[in-house]
Amino acid sequence: MGRIRKVIPGVDKALLLKDATRLLPDPTRRLFLRGAGSLGALTFLTGCDILDSDGAEKVLRKISQFNDGAQAMLFSPNKLAPTYPESMITRPFPFNAYYTLDEAPVVDGASYKLEVSGLVDNKKSWTLEELYALPQEKQITRHICVEGWSAIGSWTGTPLRDFLKRVGADTRAKYVWFRCAEGYSTTIDMPTALHPQTQMTFKFDDKILPRDYGFPMKIRMPTKLGFKNPKYVMEMSVTNKDLGGYWEDQGYNWFSGL
Amino acid sequence: MASIDISSAPAAPNERVIHPRWVRITHWINAIAIFVMIGSGWQIYNASPLFPFTFPRGITIGGWLAGAIMWHLAAMWVLVINGIVYVTLGILSGRFRRKLFPIYPSQVLADIKAALTGHLSHDDLSIYNAVQKLLYLGVILSGVLVVLTGLSIWKPVQLQELTALFGGYDGARYVHFLAMSLIAGFIVVHVVLALLVPKSLRAMIRGDRR
Repeated sequence: MGRIRKVIPGVDKALLLKDATRLLPDPTRRLFLRGAGSLGALTFLTGCDILDSDGAEKVLRKISQFNDGAQAMLFSPNKLAPTYPESMITRPFPFNAYYTLDEAPVVDGASYKLEVSGLVDNKKSWTLEELYALPQEKQITRHICVEGWSAIGSWTGTPLRDFLKRVGADTRAKYVWFRCAEGYSTTIDMPTALHPQTQMTFKFDDKILPRDYGFPMKIRMPTKLGFKNPKYVMEMSVTNKDLGGYWEDQGYNWFSGL
Repeated sequence: MASIDISSAPAAPNERVIHPRWVRITHWINAIAIFVMIGSGWQIYNASPLFPFTFPRGITIGGWLAGAIMWHLAAMWVLVINGIVYVTLGILSGRFRRKLFPIYPSQVLADIKAALTGHLSHDDLSIYNAVQKLLYLGVILSGVLVVLTGLSIWKPVQLQELTALFGGYDGARYVHFLAMSLIAGFIVVHVVLALLVPKSLRAMIRGDRR
């Protein structure tokens, strides 16, 4: 099937691509519905671009929001993700981001302070030393990427729900938002924040979290797709407002639960 | 719903349509849903291929991974709801029992031989030969398999017992691909034969009398 070529009558592929790049900043990754060949198969069959419109995208986003609700209903607060023996850890564990490893943020551990904001009693910032002193747990779980691949890793840190309790967070709030050193951000639902395996992670494979995997701190959630697990976390905020996220705002499903 | 005929005991057999309305409606809804599912599924596959090949972008749906996932998880509802209606009516009406069973291996072999030598009759569209029975039953079962493995990939934590049935998350991805391949293979044969026997296509659109 490598030889099938598509011709859309009346559509200039170059112009289509130009439209797409104007609509969305990164031409290689963000060719959404208007991308060349985006609806190739449908166009191929119907001979017209009935679905190649903003209307289709609006409907799809609505259904994606409906799917957020369906997943929240399906989410069981105490159902644990499967855990694995040490021997099954994927080595080397893949580095994956929208930037290359040499572009990954370098955070100075000595001056690092985790900011805590929003609906919490105690808004004091936390040094790495203070964070490391918190009780820690280890989990060996499967990281599943939205791309389809998966890898088993070992993460050690403090359960987020214990930390939220410690800072007097209003756990009736709807969301927890995370801001990261490289400009990444994500918002998660409170039930997932309170899940026993949701972890503020300081170690990978029993060693201080390396830069590749989010030094000094990442949030590990084995109940969510990999991209919902933020690295290089600088701030967390308890909020009732959905502040979206880097990938979510571009069209990836918001809940992205497993 | 009153006009949808699911009765299994026709008063005048000769007057009955080959495909009752509910079969035709669910067939075409299914055709659209499967089309979107496979096209977007190929785009999703391309993000992390299981085998050393990818699908050409021109025959995929969604444009990029996020778009493809949106299409896939939207058409999913259409496929599943329509599939449940179809299978339920197929069982309750007795259509599956009457049309697809029994299937005898000896008859399948005889019909394959007849088909290859050009002696397989297709005059009465309302009666399926043994090869057709096997293929239609097979594609229904593949459809069930593709939905179950799809759920396993989508919810490997919440539905981990189901995922484990297919050998875990990675296993479920392979079985999902296999089920898709079986359905895609069926579609190729099905469409070619429907075009070779145009009255069968007409019957699936208009119903047609026996």
